[in-house]
Amino acid sequence: MTLDGWILILVFIALVAAIARPLGLYLEAVFAARRTLLSAVLAPVEDSFYRLAGVKADAEQDWKEYALAILAFSLVCTLALYGLLRVQGALPLNPQAFAGVAPNIAMNTAVSFVTNTNWQAYAGESTMSHLTQMAGLTVQNFLSAAVGIAVAIAFARGFARRGASTIGNFWVDMTRATIYVLLPISILLALIFIALGMPQTLAGALPATTLEGASQDIAVGPVASQIAIKMLGTNGGGFFNANAAHPFENTGPIVNLIQMLSIFAIGAGLTITFGRMVGDERQGWALLAAMGALFLIGTSVAYWAEAQASPALIAAGVEPSAPNMEGKETRFGAAASALFAAITTAASCGAVNAMHDSFSALGGMVPLTNILAGEVIVGGVGAGFYGILVFAILTIFVAGLMVGRTPAYLGKKIEARDVKLAMLAILASPLAILIGTALAASTEWGRAGVQDAGPHGFTEMAYAFASAAGNNGSAFGGLTATNTFYTYAQAAAMLIGRFLVIVPALAIAGNLAAKPVAPASAGAFPTTGPLFIGLLAFIIVIVGALTFFPALALGPLAEATADRLF
Amino acid sequence: MTRTLRPALVLFALFTLLTGIVYPLALTAIGQALFQHAADGSPIVRDGRVVGSALIGQSFTRDDYFWGRPSAAGGGYDARASGGSNLGPTSHVLADRVRAEAARYGVAAKDIPVDLLTTSGSGLDPHISPAAARFQAQRVAGARRVPIEAVRRLIEAHTELPIAGILGEARVNVLELNLALDELPAHEGAS
Repeated sequence: MTLDGWILILVFIALVAAIARPLGLYLEAVFAARRTLLSAVLAPVEDSFYRLAGVKADAEQDWKEYALAILAFSLVCTLALYGLLRVQGALPLNPQAFAGVAPNIAMNTAVSFVTNTNWQAYAGESTMSHLTQMAGLTVQNFLSAAVGIAVAIAFARGFARRGASTIGNFWVDMTRATIYVLLPISILLALIFIALGMPQTLAGALPATTLEGASQDIAVGPVASQIAIKMLGTNGGGFFNANAAHPFENTGPIVNLIQMLSIFAIGAGLTITFGRMVGDERQGWALLAAMGALFLIGTSVAYWAEAQASPALIAAGVEPSAPNMEGKETRFGAAASALFAAITTAASCGAVNAMHDSFSALGGMVPLTNILAGEVIVGGVGAGFYGILVFAILTIFVAGLMVGRTPAYLGKKIEARDVKLAMLAILASPLAILIGTALAASTEWGRAGVQDAGPHGFTEMAYAFASAAGNNGSAFGGLTATNTFYTYAQAAAMLIGRFLVIVPALAIAGNLAAKPVAPASAGAFPTTGPLFIGLLAFIIVIVGALTFFPALALGPLAEATADRLF
Repeated sequence: MTRTLRPALVLFALFTLLTGIVYPLALTAIGQALFQHAADGSPIVRDGRVVGSALIGQSFTRDDYFWGRPSAAGGGYDARASGGSNLGPTSHVLADRVRAEAARYGVAAKDIPVDLLTTSGSGLDPHISPAAARFQAQRVAGARRVPIEAVRRLIEAHTELPIAGILGEARVNVLELNLALDELPAHEGAS
């Protein structure tokens, strides 16, 4: 570990805090349908979209209509993407003449990108045509992120409104999220990325003859346009197999820093947006503070673990104080790799700039734990925000039980129905993770995909299902997840992790929007102070620990304490 | 039903057009116009031939070139099959592979910079650490019969340092360093 490494981590956290407020204010303006800097250009586009789609921008939906619209839209997206993947071989913009994608991989990929997971059961540069990368995958990078933001805003309206029967209009929220937020920022990011060396071309390959006379066929393509939204939308699906470790996808330290900030930007901004919407910005900062505390702990452990050689390297005679460079890029080293791993799993991004499978046992446990904690440490765009609000409701409920008062959050009484729905949202993903991992570990189909022997092999399976149900998409890449079992089981986990959280979250929002706001009494539990922040972080850790400790004990903890190779 | 289906279908089609066709094609046009070299993949041209990309590592095995890191991309530096070994931290396979890599240098593993013994995440890492370059200077200078000082000066000149002290690790681009080696006059200063 070096001082420079720690400074990098602290500078990153400071930059996120600096971005959160301006972006949060912009998001607030966009979703309150106020005029913004870009309205002059974009409002006509927006209006024409509504006209063609038959959407009345001022007609609002109750939570059931809102949820139905999301489900219908996601279904259309999934079917269309599946179709495109199957027939890409017969379509243009396919310079490498790739064939259509096999049915189970196409289904897995379609679900994966529509649920903002972007788990990749394929290698991009040897599977996907340029048309698929652009008109299929890039589109879902935008739309799945826009859906997440829409749900977050609808959820926030549940707290902001009183005696209301509606929580917004999904079509409007999704459209505005795409046109006013994701698209302009992505254009800016992509241009910066190209300027800093990222390819953006319709050619398929750059053929070269190396200095030693071998031929090297270098895969290129429209990379920058996809990577911009991949990061900003916490999607994480790479253009190339090696994802953000690939020198074309992450050309150097500045691009790496911008990518890390892009992953957290919208998720952090939404907490401030929420605070503003409920009339007290400190409420947002309190949520962000709880996230920041948990983030710093995980990142520190990962950096400490990766700054030393792993048991396998030491057994081979490597100097023990050398960093664990297996699976890491020279330009990033241990600090920026550990930091990236913590960020990509705290948010539900899933991009990787180093191979998590080759992290040390405890270093690899950090990204896994971040996912298992529900990805509420900033979290996926939108998803992390409604995730942490669900935990906030649970925290208020627990605090209420402790002091024997009716719990209330932001003046809204938290009642049995809200807590039941919150628990449903909290427990859906763990159920999918634990059942999926158990199935994988106890069947031939599951074990067939495992690469590493011993506890590490178990971790590979557990990580895969955590990643799917958490809609993360990063992997312990040694696992081969292309057989029928993994492609379908993973798809099921992704759907559960996405929609069994979104629907209960919207139900809570609908429920809360209808309630009146009680005036704050002297006995109310303040939700901006350190006590609430600490209790919220504690509840997140406790729920995660109680649910997953046995699985962690069988995997990374067993490996860390084994004192031998496998 | 149509109240939900029509917006779903129409907005999907419109956004596919906007974010899937217009957005990437417009960026391709702008990128090609403003930053053509980067947008094409940063090719390096020598004597009218593309010898590689400034961002992508390639395989070096000759004694008179600096070697890059071991690569898990395809058969090694296959730029159509990026990826890491994904071997775990307690893997026998990994330990055996590291021993084999160390044998290539003929000294004990603990004296070899760790990046020369480990595969990168992409398998296409264009860089090695300055320590890894200095470690190979003797071999390269010997094979080329040039003074080691000249080789060390080249390493120095090709070392990129962290920006502001914290962004990125110190590193040397292996392809660019080897290209510079080829420009060195043979037997420079030899007497």
